[in-house]
Amino acid sequence: MKNKSIMVALAAIAITTALQSCKPKDSSNAVSGDAASKVYVAPGKYDEIYNFVSGGFSGQMSCYGIPSGRLLRVIPVFSVDPEKGWGYSEETKPMLNTSHGFIPWDDLHHVQLSKTNGEADGRWVFGNANNTPRVARIDLRTFRTAEIIELPNSGGNHSSPFITENTEYVVAGTRFSIPPDDVNGDVPIDSYKQNFKGTLSFISVGKEDGKMDIAFQIQCPGVNFDLSRAGKGVSHGWFFFSCYNTEQANTLLEVNASQKDKDFVMAVNWKKAEEYLKAGKGRKQAVRYAHNVYNEKTHSATSEIRTEVTVLDSKVLKDICYFIPCPKSPHGCDVNPSGEYIVASGKLASVIPVFSFDKIIKAIAAKSFDGEFEGIPVIKYESALYGEVKKPGLGPLHTEFDDKGNAYTSMFVSSEVVKWNVKDLKVVDRAPTFYSIGHLCVVGGDTKKPYGKYLIAYNKITKDRYLPTGPELSQSAQLFDISGDKMKLLLDFPTIGEPHYAQAILADVIKKNSLKMFKIEENNNPYVTKGEKEAKVVREGNKVHVYMTAIRSHLTPDNIEGIKMGDEVYFHVTNLEQDWDVPHGFAIKGASNAELLIMPGETCTLKWTPDRVGISPMYCTDFCSALHQEMTGYIRVSPAGSSVPISFGTGKTPAAPVK
Amino acid sequence: MKTTENNIGVLSKILLLISATLLVISIFKPIWIIELNAPQYPEGLVLYIYANKLGGNVDIINGLNHYIGMKTLHTEDFIEFTILPYIIGFYALVTLVVIFINKRIALYTLVVAFLLFGIVAMMDFYRWNYNYGHNLDPHAAIVVPGMSYQPPLIGYKQLLNFGAYSIPAIGGWLFIASGVLMAFAFIIESKLFKRTKK
Repeated sequence: MKNKSIMVALAAIAITTALQSCKPKDSSNAVSGDAASKVYVAPGKYDEIYNFVSGGFSGQMSCYGIPSGRLLRVIPVFSVDPEKGWGYSEETKPMLNTSHGFIPWDDLHHVQLSKTNGEADGRWVFGNANNTPRVARIDLRTFRTAEIIELPNSGGNHSSPFITENTEYVVAGTRFSIPPDDVNGDVPIDSYKQNFKGTLSFISVGKEDGKMDIAFQIQCPGVNFDLSRAGKGVSHGWFFFSCYNTEQANTLLEVNASQKDKDFVMAVNWKKAEEYLKAGKGRKQAVRYAHNVYNEKTHSATSEIRTEVTVLDSKVLKDICYFIPCPKSPHGCDVNPSGEYIVASGKLASVIPVFSFDKIIKAIAAKSFDGEFEGIPVIKYESALYGEVKKPGLGPLHTEFDDKGNAYTSMFVSSEVVKWNVKDLKVVDRAPTFYSIGHLCVVGGDTKKPYGKYLIAYNKITKDRYLPTGPELSQSAQLFDISGDKMKLLLDFPTIGEPHYAQAILADVIKKNSLKMFKIEENNNPYVTKGEKEAKVVREGNKVHVYMTAIRSHLTPDNIEGIKMGDEVYFHVTNLEQDWDVPHGFAIKGASNAELLIMPGETCTLKWTPDRVGISPMYCTDFCSALHQEMTGYIRVSPAGSSVPISFGTGKTPAAPVK
Repeated sequence: MKTTENNIGVLSKILLLISATLLVISIFKPIWIIELNAPQYPEGLVLYIYANKLGGNVDIINGLNHYIGMKTLHTEDFIEFTILPYIIGFYALVTLVVIFINKRIALYTLVVAFLLFGIVAMMDFYRWNYNYGHNLDPHAAIVVPGMSYQPPLIGYKQLLNFGAYSIPAIGGWLFIASGVLMAFAFIIESKLFKRTKK
């Protein structure tokens, strides 16, 4: 009797277990046993790889170490960052200037490392502003934004900042077509088809200094330009853009831009465009756009409003642009390492079409066209197609490549990464992501020589992956080992903002060039104070300039009197340290902006408008030394019209010893 | 050429020639190095003492020393840096002259004088170390009763969070090698050596 009941119990357990195992595997057993050792970077050791990740709606760019997933730095780009004084210090305010004036926020979607011979060279990383169209260049010696250029004739700079194989150009395609800047834009919105135009900007990049300049723009039919990639190797000289909303809808795009079976990939022969430009076929157009440059010697930015671009008309100059039909609202448009294959992902399509560059060129030569769209030839789908990846998954978005001839495509709807072979277009592996992957990044995955080894998925939804933090959850990245036949999930790590595209590069390429400090003797800031003896307070009308120094552990001057209500006080603080990793901060009570964070050898300026009579303390905000808490000072504010003279000093009246 | 018992042998002359060369080189190389390590300075700080100047992370070390009230180090505060290159140069010259004079007594004098110079130099170095380590500003931020910050003459010593390691640098080793070579010549030439050889 007893035995029987034990038997029943055992059977029940067996059945339950069997049923449980019928359930699809969940995330808890998706990680293999040796994952921990593969991502463990011992304390004090360096990661193998830098991962530059877009911050999406944070407007910034973040930098992670791979394989540990450790956050190394958040680089302020398009959004103000009070922590670093970015956009608050007088020196950095011009960086966020636009034709609309000062803009404190944007949406950074894509990053691109500068390239030489089709490989990432580690000099600069570029980022796009999706809202108020701009492109930024970040200097990887300092991990700071060095330059921002605004784009005229554009709305929503999404297909950007993709780059040619020798960084000849960074492109920017408008996501939202709009009436050009030099015509009256006061038109009915439903006149989209007549009045709205799409614009592609080609920004040239200085070979040595990286300086950006809009070399030319190509005016295109009004559609939505989504993403792009430069040709490389055999297809160098061409650019490929995905286009959706070829329905040219101006409302409820969700439905109205999803009507056609096929939208387009646009192939752009930019070498040809250069020829037309040289031949003077461009039209000079009056526009307004800001060009902002940060000077590392003066430690300050300048903003200039430019007023002209040269525009090439794709309708008139026939052999620059060609449309290639592509199923259902293509999103990603990626080129394999050899440059021969162009992978376009129709996000609502059931296949992934792969186009052949060779066939595209032959189709153009043979005029194998299927009519025109808005005056631009449409190449026959079959004439450009290399083949289709069948049943890849749902919602294909982006594709990167490894060093073994494989492609990896992110599937938003089915929430997975699909690995397929570029030659035979067969799916060879798939791995779930948690959840709803957007972009993905293989180390060197968009270059001529991918490094492979790791793939990082950037997910839009995390739900239960981390400890809950209320309704607002972090987005996340997931690291996969792709060195073997099967992709192996190694690590989840949360990200700042929303990660869109990211790129990864071997640490050795960048770390050797990383700057440790700025040389004080090369500091050409007009308000630099190169030594405590030069510290002073100068009144110019109601403007008071404080030439202040910071060195462990005091500010000079740290007692300032003679400030009056109605004054604008400018604290020009120079960090006199010439030692590695000794920043000083500066903050003053009641400041309506932010703090300063000043690197060794640098000068930063904080504007302060006192709002009341009395004593205001100021202090160093960065714990710089054992006597950091002593690194403080006072400023005395007297009523307007007061006769208190300007006076200042440090250490003039040593405190009497307490008896 | 007539050789007498009082002349210097060829081997010794070669040793002296090398010795003089090493001395000249040592004028241009750091003679002494004080390495400082602290938890916050994994990369280390160094102070190089040349015949004519201080080198290395002088400014950073001065910046740190102000906490304990140590006087800041400046090349121009040391008379030694003006005369030391000449003294070493003078010894190199005298060494060559000894080869030329070719008298054992000259060699003996040189070796003794050089040895004395070495001792005096080290005493002087100790004196400076002592002065800088002990003459501290009483108003300094950090005053540890009974604590002095004299770096070791040679070897290792912990000074608060800094470990100080003081040893000869390349120029110092050249200087020592030069003295050793002279000493060799001295032994070779000494009667004691010749007698035992017989």
